[in-house]
Amino acid sequence: MTESKVHFFSSEPVVALLGNPNCGKTALFNLLTGSRQKVANYSGVTVERKEGRLTLGSGKHIRILDLPGAYSLYPRSLDERVTCNVLLGRAEGEKRPDLVICVLSAMNLRRNLRLVLAAKRLGLPCVVVLNMLDIANRQGLKIDIAALSQELGLPVVTSVGIHANGADEIKHFLSNLDWRNLSALQTGTSDATLENVASHIAHTESDNVQVHQILKNLNLDQIIPDHFSDRLDAVLLHPFFGPLILVALLFCIFQAVFSWATLPMELIKAAIEFCGTQISQVLPDTWIRSLFINGILAGLGGVVIFLPQILILFFFILLLEESGYLPRAAYLLDRVMGSVGLSGRSFIPLLSSFACAIPGIMATRSISNSRDRLVTILIAPMMTCSARLPVYALLISAFIPERKLWAAVDLQGLVLFLLYLAGIVGAMGVAWILKHFTSEQFRMNALMMELPSYHLPRLGNLAISLWQRAEIFMRRVGGIILIMTIALWVLSSFPLPPEGATGSPIQYSFAGMLGEALAHVFSPIGFNWQISIALVPGMAAREVVVSSLATVYALSSSSADAADALIPLISSGWSLATALSLLAWFVFAPQCLSTIAAVKRETGGWKIPIIMLSYLFGLAYLASFITYRIASALGLG
Amino acid sequence: MNLDQVELGSLYRVNKVNAPKGAPQIKGQLEDIGFLPGEPVTVLRKGLLGNGPYMVRVGTSTFALRKSEASMVSVD
Repeated sequence: MTESKVHFFSSEPVVALLGNPNCGKTALFNLLTGSRQKVANYSGVTVERKEGRLTLGSGKHIRILDLPGAYSLYPRSLDERVTCNVLLGRAEGEKRPDLVICVLSAMNLRRNLRLVLAAKRLGLPCVVVLNMLDIANRQGLKIDIAALSQELGLPVVTSVGIHANGADEIKHFLSNLDWRNLSALQTGTSDATLENVASHIAHTESDNVQVHQILKNLNLDQIIPDHFSDRLDAVLLHPFFGPLILVALLFCIFQAVFSWATLPMELIKAAIEFCGTQISQVLPDTWIRSLFINGILAGLGGVVIFLPQILILFFFILLLEESGYLPRAAYLLDRVMGSVGLSGRSFIPLLSSFACAIPGIMATRSISNSRDRLVTILIAPMMTCSARLPVYALLISAFIPERKLWAAVDLQGLVLFLLYLAGIVGAMGVAWILKHFTSEQFRMNALMMELPSYHLPRLGNLAISLWQRAEIFMRRVGGIILIMTIALWVLSSFPLPPEGATGSPIQYSFAGMLGEALAHVFSPIGFNWQISIALVPGMAAREVVVSSLATVYALSSSSADAADALIPLISSGWSLATALSLLAWFVFAPQCLSTIAAVKRETGGWKIPIIMLSYLFGLAYLASFITYRIASALGLG
Repeated sequence: MNLDQVELGSLYRVNKVNAPKGAPQIKGQLEDIGFLPGEPVTVLRKGLLGNGPYMVRVGTSTFALRKSEASMVSVD
């Protein structure tokens, strides 16, 4: 997840896509450029810069920039500011667009048209795209396109963001455009500046009058209610059943993560064991064989096995996003969030953090209140990200017996749910404490969140996003996890034990020495030296802890088939108190390096990442200490 | 009458937005998302015990507002 800018083909014309949130702009961008990006249904998802390239019929190439969704050109949040700066040619390293495509949702003309009027004042050549026309027609809305074009004084083309050839009309229009002379599409003066408050308010009012006039002239003045969404909301947002459904939904997701993944995980395990046997037959018993089997295969295999669970979790998060339920969940949770000084708006970044904290931290850009944004960034890493899932899954499989409690609920799924809950409760607690350090005037936080119509999630979009997730995960396995695994194998294998040494070789290695030293710090919370070693490379990426444990144990055991499962090894080697303590550690665990880098980038300095790192480390140590001591006192040590 | 005092499900028209002294920016924010004079507005739900968050349809879009935000919108 980098936000590096794309600067190829700088001589080609730049076309910017501008539109309100939820107008279908991102789906349109996918159609135009063929590049695949996440298409979601809640406000403010497009916080990253997205650029693609379109080859026109004439063979000409143009660059297409997907601007963050904005309600007006008077910026109120970080991502709206990005949009304004790009349009004014003020964004750093960014060429001012040659053409602006204003994307209108046919379902929401009133609000969308005001943005078009504001865009016209910028003095950039503009063209209007009327999107979602199919839904509008189905609901009985008839829009006279020629008349709309006349009213606006701009060309209007139509599109259907959800059809494979829904953008053909735009492509055709762009192909026939005279790119050397776009001034025909230009209406304002070209030296536009960012609007100040007074002129913005004046414009908002006059624009509103003009929009009303346009709608009246086009005979679109009536409002057609969205019965389907209203009927669904009657149940899903019911004051009593709504929250109940939300909790049940989240619970089912966590159950599915465990039960659906069993079969694919068995298959992956069998494949890894097969590879191990094959390698031992081919390679002689030297350090190379140890590197392959104890290092690479044990390390990577221990992580890859959790791919099915991660994909199942992502599948559900994406499903909620695409359907439009996500902002509703934020609506339902606003009261809870309000009690700890946040708003429902923080829920969406926090939910993304369950997949990975980095997109979550980036999504906080849509929170306009800077205090809320900071608090959300600080607590986002406490949401259990998918990198922690392998660690949880390993420990749960090793220590929590597989037992059906009642109906479809099993004990392992319940424990996983409780771990997620612990992260949430911890985060709420921290937010609640921070609330008391905030003066009254900064507590004026806004909700003002759009609840878009429900959509049937499109399987194609889900499949693409899921594939991207699998790819990112496998790239990490092939990249950072492979490097850390090999590095750990080297540290754990050298120097060689002295002649006639008893005990396993790893105890005499560099890693063994480091582990012994760290064990002094971690022994009060029940961690042995093997865990202490594994925590160090875990800073690079949390799931590395699993591969590190696999490598450390593979090297400390004398058994030949070391790529064998880690689970029986630790379940016999650790006490339950140690396992629980490690689980508690990972609820708060100090962050991976990429999260720290993301926080530094988003907050513009080292202060916040350092605060975050130290308080999370403190909390993790405290939680593990308490867990270990209580568990030991209960005789589980 | 303000939006937090209206009847559930009835149609009103926005009169104007009154921002509180401490937070003048909220007026503009509400106007940007569509709370502009003359716009049709309906409160669809008021949350548990009427304390919010409110679900409000303004024009053709639906927004979640806190009770405090709803009270800034004066309607006819």
